Amino acid sequence: MPFIPHTAEDVQAMLSAIGVADLEALFDEIPKGLRCGELEGIPPGLSEMEVGRVMQARAWEDGQPLCFIGAGAYDHHIPAVVWELAGRGEFYTAYTPYQAEASQGTLQLLYEFQSMMTALTAMEVSNASLYDGASALAEAVLMAVRGNRKSKSKRVLMPRSVHPAYRRVVHTIVRNQGIELVELAFDSASGQTDLDALADHAGEDHAALVIPQPNFFGVLEPVDELTDWAHANGMLAIALVNPLAMALLQPPGEWGGAGADICCGEGQPLGAPLASGGPYFGFLCATAKLVRQMPGRIIGRTVDLDGKTGYTLTLQAREQHIRRSKATSNICTNQVLMVTAATIHMALLGAEGLERAALACHANARRLTQALCELPGVEPVFSGPVFHERVLRLPLAAGAALKSLAAHNLLGGFDLGRDYPELGDAILVCATERRSEAEIEAYRSKLERVIQAQVQTPCQLKPDW
Amino acid sequence: MLIYQHSRNGRRAQAQAPAQRPEPAGIPERFRRRTPAPLPQVSELQAVRHYTRLSQKNYSIDTQFYPLGSCTMKYNPRAGNSLASLPGFLARHPLAPATHSQGLLACLYELQEILKEVTGMAEVSLSPAAGAQGEFAGVAMIRAYNDARGDRERCEILVPDAAHGTNPASAVMCGYSAREIPTGADGDIDIAALQQALGPRTAGIMLTNPSTLGVFERRIQEIAALVHQAGGLLYYDGANLNAILGKVRPGDMGFDAIHMNLHKTFSTPHGGGGPGAGPVGVGERLRPYLPVPMVGYDGSDYHWLDEEARPQTIGRLSAFAGNAGVLLRAYVYARMLGREGMARVAEYSTLNANYLLRRLREAGFDAAYPERRASHEFIITLKRQARELGVNTMDFAKRMLDYGVHAPTTYFPQLVPECLLIEPTETEAQEELDHFVELMQAIQREAEDNPELVKQAPHRLPVRRLDDVKAARDLDLAWQPGRQDAQ
Amino acid sequence: MSDTPTDLRYAKSHEWVRDEGDGTATVGITGHAQEMLGDLVFVELPEVGDQLKAGDDCAVVESVKAASDVYSPVSGEVVAVNEALEEAPEIINEDAFGEGWLFKVRLADPAELDGLLDAPGYDAMLAEEA
Repeated sequence: MPFIPHTAEDVQAMLSAIGVADLEALFDEIPKGLRCGELEGIPPGLSEMEVGRVMQARAWEDGQPLCFIGAGAYDHHIPAVVWELAGRGEFYTAYTPYQAEASQGTLQLLYEFQSMMTALTAMEVSNASLYDGASALAEAVLMAVRGNRKSKSKRVLMPRSVHPAYRRVVHTIVRNQGIELVELAFDSASGQTDLDALADHAGEDHAALVIPQPNFFGVLEPVDELTDWAHANGMLAIALVNPLAMALLQPPGEWGGAGADICCGEGQPLGAPLASGGPYFGFLCATAKLVRQMPGRIIGRTVDLDGKTGYTLTLQAREQHIRRSKATSNICTNQVLMVTAATIHMALLGAEGLERAALACHANARRLTQALCELPGVEPVFSGPVFHERVLRLPLAAGAALKSLAAHNLLGGFDLGRDYPELGDAILVCATERRSEAEIEAYRSKLERVIQAQVQTPCQLKPDW
Repeated sequence: MLIYQHSRNGRRAQAQAPAQRPEPAGIPERFRRRTPAPLPQVSELQAVRHYTRLSQKNYSIDTQFYPLGSCTMKYNPRAGNSLASLPGFLARHPLAPATHSQGLLACLYELQEILKEVTGMAEVSLSPAAGAQGEFAGVAMIRAYNDARGDRERCEILVPDAAHGTNPASAVMCGYSAREIPTGADGDIDIAALQQALGPRTAGIMLTNPSTLGVFERRIQEIAALVHQAGGLLYYDGANLNAILGKVRPGDMGFDAIHMNLHKTFSTPHGGGGPGAGPVGVGERLRPYLPVPMVGYDGSDYHWLDEEARPQTIGRLSAFAGNAGVLLRAYVYARMLGREGMARVAEYSTLNANYLLRRLREAGFDAAYPERRASHEFIITLKRQARELGVNTMDFAKRMLDYGVHAPTTYFPQLVPECLLIEPTETEAQEELDHFVELMQAIQREAEDNPELVKQAPHRLPVRRLDDVKAARDLDLAWQPGRQDAQ
Repeated sequence: MSDTPTDLRYAKSHEWVRDEGDGTATVGITGHAQEMLGDLVFVELPEVGDQLKAGDDCAVVESVKAASDVYSPVSGEVVAVNEALEEAPEIINEDAFGEGWLFKVRLADPAELDGLLDAPGYDAMLAEEA
């Protein structure tokens, strides 16, 4: 049996020491009728070599198609150092820093992470991560409802320009607590949150307004106006941001007159590989005033008995293991290994490196848009400025187009038909800094062929009957 | 020193960013950041040295015996890491079509099947990102079940007083109130109190078996019958699955919904505090409500099952499919263990726990439940030492760190005063357990002869005991640029 | 010899009330409560103007190991809160029955005080709990 060090002699010696005849005796408190038989549905064990064979075949089967999909998960360059260090046993196999003195590595790293996130977002405090961007948004909504002193409302304004999967996740998590998400339309020309639709809600009682930047369509929102409007109407402003974009764009702490109150988002662009969807990590930042409403683990800097600097988990009295049913959240384990990678990633790139990566993404997205829009019938849907994604309308069914492209080992984008049917045959395309000119040209020429194959010139010959 | 203290203006790891700095044509000035984010500016070597040195300050399974009760700190097989990181899996976008995901989906489907078999449940969803999210899903499914039946009277979830804090917290997140049931002196739940609490307001009960006290809930079948009779459902907190894997199945005990902690039982890495994974399994009644996405198989191809395929689902818990990389690691572990290995997990983890318990008792330490068999973990109480010597559990735990061992779980469950919850796991050799007994005896002698040494511990770590009152009172949660504090 | 001040009334949840004689009352937590909590790190107080009913949870006292709800023993409108606790929550540890007061209310129903425990009653309750 793999990973078990016991020899037959060890087992005998231990059983004697305990005073039982065999291993079965150790289970004598369990009612006999509950004992299960052999687990026949499970295949026999494999050696590392054999399981390696299985996994290699399967990974190979999936290939590595060229990726132009974003939609919440982005293909960025991750320095080799990031996972070499994060994969060190001392990071990889440690657990939650309950014994702070024996965990100063992780604790200091998390403090550095919190510091870097506040720097990137211009907010005052950050926690040490949540599961992902979507659940972070759910926690931000719960936090706003708890923390809004001026409003007892359980209604939160949620733009349709927020990622559809995120909206579904938030609904799943908050609905049993009586919280209602009120949908806000987007402007069909610009792709931004519709300010007229917003004005309709002036004077109503809502706990918060969610402001994405960029939004799901890649479009940049008028964040100053939105933040000020929220505050003028007694609401908290929840920023939902792409952390890489924050190296280039105005950060939430500087939005409007007073800045956003809560900021959350998906940390995957900072050092987490695409990895079929996870693990990623959610980040959550806030003003200092709201710190006690913040769920999840938080690291604080303090001193030891000699006055030497040290780091420890703090504000634990709000968490589930102490506050139990009145806790800010039920979260226990979070995503620390991903945060470890993100911290190293941010340290390596710095503000300059992140900004360059962001600029390269934006430039590539422009190149991609230009190249694809040369093709007949392909056009951008929205007029608003974008970060690194764009919604394009196609002259043929989006699903069919993407399927044809996939057959050529190219993932062209995300089909918006299910979530935004009013946009017609539209896809969301993305080009990160990793996409080369040759790859963009490959996409253009493949799409050209796909369009030509669908939109054939009608035959000029007419039957003669 | 913080990474910030290595910072110099203009320093950076040049190889890691594009050489060009194109102008962002198309982004009007008003959207732009006015000043760069105050992140550290260091060279690549400085970053490497800094974070390598930080890692060396950590205790971990790879470096120390780590008997943290309720966390199952067993060896994390590296095969999981390298195989989950194969380019075909690692570079795959979550929204890639099923046609380009058959390899991944096959692994996930088979993991679903393995987890079903091992737990005796009818169907499994892999999507919750951790145990707590799994608990949330479980309670939300119970809620969905009752809402679908129009039963709005059921508003209470019963929780043993020994339960992990996530249990009542999860209940409240689903709009229920949590009602505590006391535990008897023998470690089993108080059945009389349970019967009193059961009624038309009971939506369900959340139990761990073996319980957080380290002992098997012997009357579980009776408890299940009582709860079901009252119209409630049973939820199983799978944190202690390592004690019964291959021996008893939660489905057979009568549970309607369960979660598993893959970062415990299935040995995916703890990572300093996650990522984990908390798949949920259900009996027939709750099948329609499972969270999405799940993986289906039609005999020739694998496909995702999402909201359209499962219209009564409680919904989605994450943007994509949960912690896919963690699931792949669990799959590799499950395949390496196989049928025979899975059955041995409980045997060896229980053997190690009972052996360690016996040896500690012989060395003079007090077990919280001396007449009971240990499951895969057990509780030693130091309340006598606290009373007679003025040396408490925290002091013992801190002194253990000096001896190169990570302390067991302290002060949980809250029910047992001055407790140490000790879980050796099956991957530890007998010598490691004997060594632990020796160091406990050494600390006991120190507590008798030189209590200050223990009360001031640890002495040999990068820092001495930390002031957590100051940490909470004078909140310092982020480094601001330009701070002049001495390091 | 008990330390429990005899001029106060007590709730079972370890709050004390002092009748100021002018229609208002002052509320705080007992010495026993602050001892169980340990060093206090933060206090969340109600706001002036809040309307409280006896039994409502109206404040939170937080230490490193617990965050406990404070339940108002009496009904009324909050007329003052002890702002000094914002910077120095430890005042409660030092002087729970005096400088560590939490808030003052204008009593809606002075008769409620009679339903609370007196000092010997509170001490008896503590003895039973031990």
